[in-house]
Amino acid sequence: MKKEKVVGLEGSFAVSEAVRMANADVIAAYPITPQTHIVERLSEMVAEGELDAEFICVESEHSAMSACVGASAGGARVFTCTAGQGLELMHEVLYIPSSMRLPVVAVVANRALSAPLSVWCDHSDMMAVRDIGWIQMLAENNQQAFDLTLCAFRIAEDNEVLFPTMVHIDGFHLSHVIEDMRLPDAEEVAGFIPDYKHPFALDPDKPVSMGCYGPPFIYPETKRAQEVAFENVMPKILETWKVFGDRFGRYYAPVEKYRMEDAKIALLTMGSYSETAMLAIDELRAKGEDVGLIRLRLWRPFPFKEFREAVKGVEVLVVLDRCVSFGMGGPVCSEVKSALYDQQKKPHVVGFIGGLGGRDIPIEGFEYMIQSALEKVKAIERGEEVETEMIGIRE
Amino acid sequence: MSGEKLGWKDLELGCVVTEPGSANEYKTGDWRSERPVRENEKCIKCGICYIYCPEACIEETEDGFFEANLYYCKGCGICAHECPRGVITMVEEVEE
Repeated sequence: MKKEKVVGLEGSFAVSEAVRMANADVIAAYPITPQTHIVERLSEMVAEGELDAEFICVESEHSAMSACVGASAGGARVFTCTAGQGLELMHEVLYIPSSMRLPVVAVVANRALSAPLSVWCDHSDMMAVRDIGWIQMLAENNQQAFDLTLCAFRIAEDNEVLFPTMVHIDGFHLSHVIEDMRLPDAEEVAGFIPDYKHPFALDPDKPVSMGCYGPPFIYPETKRAQEVAFENVMPKILETWKVFGDRFGRYYAPVEKYRMEDAKIALLTMGSYSETAMLAIDELRAKGEDVGLIRLRLWRPFPFKEFREAVKGVEVLVVLDRCVSFGMGGPVCSEVKSALYDQQKKPHVVGFIGGLGGRDIPIEGFEYMIQSALEKVKAIERGEEVETEMIGIRE
Repeated sequence: MSGEKLGWKDLELGCVVTEPGSANEYKTGDWRSERPVRENEKCIKCGICYIYCPEACIEETEDGFFEANLYYCKGCGICAHECPRGVITMVEEVEE
């Protein structure tokens, strides 16, 4: 079954390999900063004839997504990638494929947003696109960057899904780092993503109008239809990850647990810092503390059921945000709190913000958050207000 | 308009419209605050109003004059402005 070989690949190149094996038909991307090597490698693949795709080199990310929308409306398998400010420039057009049900696949190398100018990693860019109706998932390492990109095509193009899908890899931590990973054989992958036919692809013999004008008498109905369809994508995500796991031996879940057996304290992370957090959990477990780690793999649709299941029995949940929702704390923490609000039995939730603009969080940083959270819980129990703490800030 | 009766479950995937040319049904004329009124005895049938109408809603009649289709006419007044003979006057719409 397994023909996979172990190779050393940069995260960006791992994504490019997945796009090549998925046989993307059209790739539209802006090639200059904040772009990563993903598109550079893909352009080489197309130029060398390794990938039979149309490569559209556009003049901005806004145009990149516009080209993707057109190509996807034509029934093509479409890919683009961007990061940080590029995702922001793309923002206006991101709503189009999700409301027109066009399964564009995008990989975003998460980066901080200006000002001040930063090309380093945090999650500000991905949090700014959390309400646009794209499926969003996160990789922790280069293996997952490859695996999830491959899965994204199968999920997005499923006729019961047909929503654009974004795979987030942390900028630099993954996009520019070489790691060893298992690269499957192209033939083996080919069968994993079925042939795709959009039910309303542009066709002169079956003309349709897309993206029509929606006056007040119909607009709310279109949004209701979109929301219901989006809420129903979860079974297909789970199915794809199951099929992938059975085939390649690596299983993914919307919420993944690490050493959560009997854990009273849980840390919640997303993306590449989950790996550092695992080391911190190992150290704390070695000292006999009842701590575990919850990693959110799927960000949209938010996996309410799986998340509530994961925190059962947890007394203190420590949430790390790599983004500031100004005036609101951390976006992940506030969503986690809202997911728990109606639960009879729920943990105390303590939020931290860290790792902004590429600032490292060492293992001790995670240990600090857990210790500090326990102090904050005592303060909460005394009836005191506890603010979201930004860690590692010089006074 | 039939669309006003559609429920969310009636919509096609991504709200595509499968009936070609259905935009014809859309009554843009109900935005109008002024309507064009013509004095055809001054008209030289030059067709400038027909050419300038941004809504392409002016049609030539059988006897060679021009008439705006009020189902679509938004009342912009460009025809009245461009007419070289002052045939067209914009008259305020009033509630009937």
